[in-house]
Amino acid sequence: MMLLLFLWQTLRIAAPYLLAAAGGVVAERAGVVSLTLESFLLSGAFGAVAASHWGQSAWIGVLGGLGAGLFFGALHALATVRFKADQIVSGVALNLLAVGLTRFLLQMGFDSSSNSPRVPGFEGLGHPLLWLGLLIMPVLAWTLAHTRYGLRLRAVGEHPQAAESLGISVAKVRWVAVLASGGLAGLGGAFLSLDQHQFTDQMSAGRGFIALAAVISGRWQPMRAGVACLLFAAAETLQIQLQAAAAIPTQFLAMIPYALTLIAVAGVVGRSRPPAALGRA
Amino acid sequence: MTTLAIQMTGIDKRFAAVQANRGASLEVAKGEIHALMGENGAGKSTLVKILAGLQPPDAGQFFVDGREVTGWTTPQALTAGVAMVHQHFMLVPTLTVAENVVLGREPTHGLRLDRQAAVQAVRDLCQSSGLQVDPNRLVADLSVGEAQRVEILKVLYRGAQVLLLDEPTAVLSPPEVAELWGVLRRLQQGGATIVLISHKLDEVMAISQRVTVMRQGQTVQVLDTAQTTAAELARAMVGRDVDLDVQRPENQAGKPLLRVTQLQVQGSRGQPALLGLDLTIHAGEILGIAGVEGNGQSELLDALAGLRPYQGSIKLADQELATLSLSQRTQAGLAHVPEDRHQRALILDYSVADNLILGKLAEFSRRGVLDQRAIAAHAAELIAEYDIRPTDPQVPVRGLSGGNQQKVVLARELSRSFKVLLAAQPTRGVDVGAIEFIHARLRQARAQGKGVLLVSSELREILTLSDRIAVLYRGRIVAMLPRAQASESVLGAYMTGAAQAVTHG
Ligand SMILES: Nc1ncnc2c1ncn2[C@@H]1O[C@H](COP(=O)(O)OP(=O)(O)OP(=O)(O)O)[C@@H](O)[C@H]1O
Ligand SMILES: [Mg+2]
Repeated sequence: MMLLLFLWQTLRIAAPYLLAAAGGVVAERAGVVSLTLESFLLSGAFGAVAASHWGQSAWIGVLGGLGAGLFFGALHALATVRFKADQIVSGVALNLLAVGLTRFLLQMGFDSSSNSPRVPGFEGLGHPLLWLGLLIMPVLAWTLAHTRYGLRLRAVGEHPQAAESLGISVAKVRWVAVLASGGLAGLGGAFLSLDQHQFTDQMSAGRGFIALAAVISGRWQPMRAGVACLLFAAAETLQIQLQAAAAIPTQFLAMIPYALTLIAVAGVVGRSRPPAALGRA
Repeated sequence: MTTLAIQMTGIDKRFAAVQANRGASLEVAKGEIHALMGENGAGKSTLVKILAGLQPPDAGQFFVDGREVTGWTTPQALTAGVAMVHQHFMLVPTLTVAENVVLGREPTHGLRLDRQAAVQAVRDLCQSSGLQVDPNRLVADLSVGEAQRVEILKVLYRGAQVLLLDEPTAVLSPPEVAELWGVLRRLQQGGATIVLISHKLDEVMAISQRVTVMRQGQTVQVLDTAQTTAAELARAMVGRDVDLDVQRPENQAGKPLLRVTQLQVQGSRGQPALLGLDLTIHAGEILGIAGVEGNGQSELLDALAGLRPYQGSIKLADQELATLSLSQRTQAGLAHVPEDRHQRALILDYSVADNLILGKLAEFSRRGVLDQRAIAAHAAELIAEYDIRPTDPQVPVRGLSGGNQQKVVLARELSRSFKVLLAAQPTRGVDVGAIEFIHARLRQARAQGKGVLLVSSELREILTLSDRIAVLYRGRIVAMLPRAQASESVLGAYMTGAAQAVTHG
């Protein structure tokens, strides 16, 4: 029973990580830095609740989360692909924008500075995005390895000039990748808010960065990144359960998942090489 | 009159301050092998890139097969059968040979990439062209010669009828060049039209029917190969006589400077690449290393330069190098012109001035602050001395033509105070005028009592410069000959393993 509970809680924590990390893998393998995952998660969470509230349906909420993620993805693509702005600067700016914008809309739409009213959501294992989260990494791995678009995406992330010289539009491949990244992470955000039936201010709480850490410690490979997401989620679950049981100070326990992330990214998992064109216009 | 496969007139192209093409023209008949020559920075690469749709011209018109195609894009050029092999490889190192070849025109089976079809297509092309590469290998693991084959397979896969080859032989060894000529002739018989950029006069004389010569962005002359000579071509290019076969005054070699004993090095795939090599370079000596690429040259250079672990001993003026860092080696008196300028010698996004002081920072800073005035003066001096174009020291090296990038590396390394220079392919991609100049500088270093290790795929270069010549074959020195006993045929026999190991002198 303990074990089942542990597994269930781990999956629930992992789902948004998995969806966001999948988005991170797609964008970074195409050569676009994914510091924006946090903004995709947050805007997706808000979009889902707003749409669910408006349509009184959790499924419409899913569409809302997807739409909000796509919107922020489009902003990032516009800045970095179309106007060749610095990818890190654009990422940080969008993260700040997402915090401000969701807070503003929360106030305007729901007349609250902390949380939305309760909206239709999903219950436990009936959450469709949980299952999407579990399936996404294998699907992504297959797509990258075995489809035309996957091959082109990898080429664009490693050597954009070579791809361009073969008539492949680097801009088009990157647009699709960044949009997909926004959509996937937006769904990750929708998982969060629909699971809790409400939006709370800054509810993404750094999950986008943990997802990015999973991408990096997973060496930009979907399956490895997925395993990293599950490990981070398991550490978090353990921390929560220990908090209830043990006499260790909670502040110390709360640190564990982040410390683990830091250690993983610092290379204990093994030296990793990012896509060669990552971060370059 | 035969139809023209390519007709370009009045092409202008400007990059910021540099006018790369000014009213340039090019006419190539159908089925012709046409050479495009000219000094470094003359605008050759720019002209063919415009033709391949990679860059739009500022002005001018061009036609392919009589159809006006001015301002077309790469996909349009590829569809029309115009494809380019670039001066710097355009391959994705993390993909396999087959994936690189089919990229952009992939065979699919439903949603799925049809890998088997891709591999089969490459096998078929290898068969019909005579170029051998394993389609399943990762491009990162290929030698430059093999990478060049992949570039050509890419062009063939697209069924190109007009092939633009930008210095395809710069990185090839003589047998590989011969193989390439075979492929080009076969393509020509099949009706293809070929534009070949090269700095090598003998190659142009051997393979082309006509030659277009460019200077400072303009087309200055079109010659029939059969009615011209190498000397005339050189004159047309640089505007004066060039003599590349200057006989060197005899030199008295001095005391040993660099002593290599029992050197063992592993290659990048962990295979043994050097199997206990002994070598001595004396003061006032140029030691040439001949050999087909992939017989241990890269590993030897890397080990000497401190870029690869090794077993055995390397002593520079009696100082063991094994424990020295790269900067300590430079300090001990080692200068290095590496094989791969992009990977190892230049920071492409840094300016010419900044690239010229790499590894000399101590000389150009005071209490940790860069002395910009001294850096500018240093750059101005070297740019003038080595005729680097454009002359602006602030342009990023990425914007320089291939030959001018090479001159930046040479200028930096030769202007160090060194005892021994490791010169790998020092004249790769530079024009005849610059070759003459660089050879003179290498001889000058020798006259000053320095030692030079010259690794070159050009046997002519080795024969004109070296005092002694070592032939590397399968990780061993199979012959060590004084210049007087070496010739292209003698070296060739050792290089291919046809002759057995001997050591003279
Ligand atoms: N992308 C670029 N940005 C800025 N300047 C450029 C760029 N490409 C070429 N140039 C400049 O245009 C001029 C012509 O360059 P190009 O590469 O066509 O010369 P090239 O004849 O091919 O020379 P080489 O024999 O050395 O390869 C050079 O002065 C070069 O610095
Ligand atoms: Mg060129």
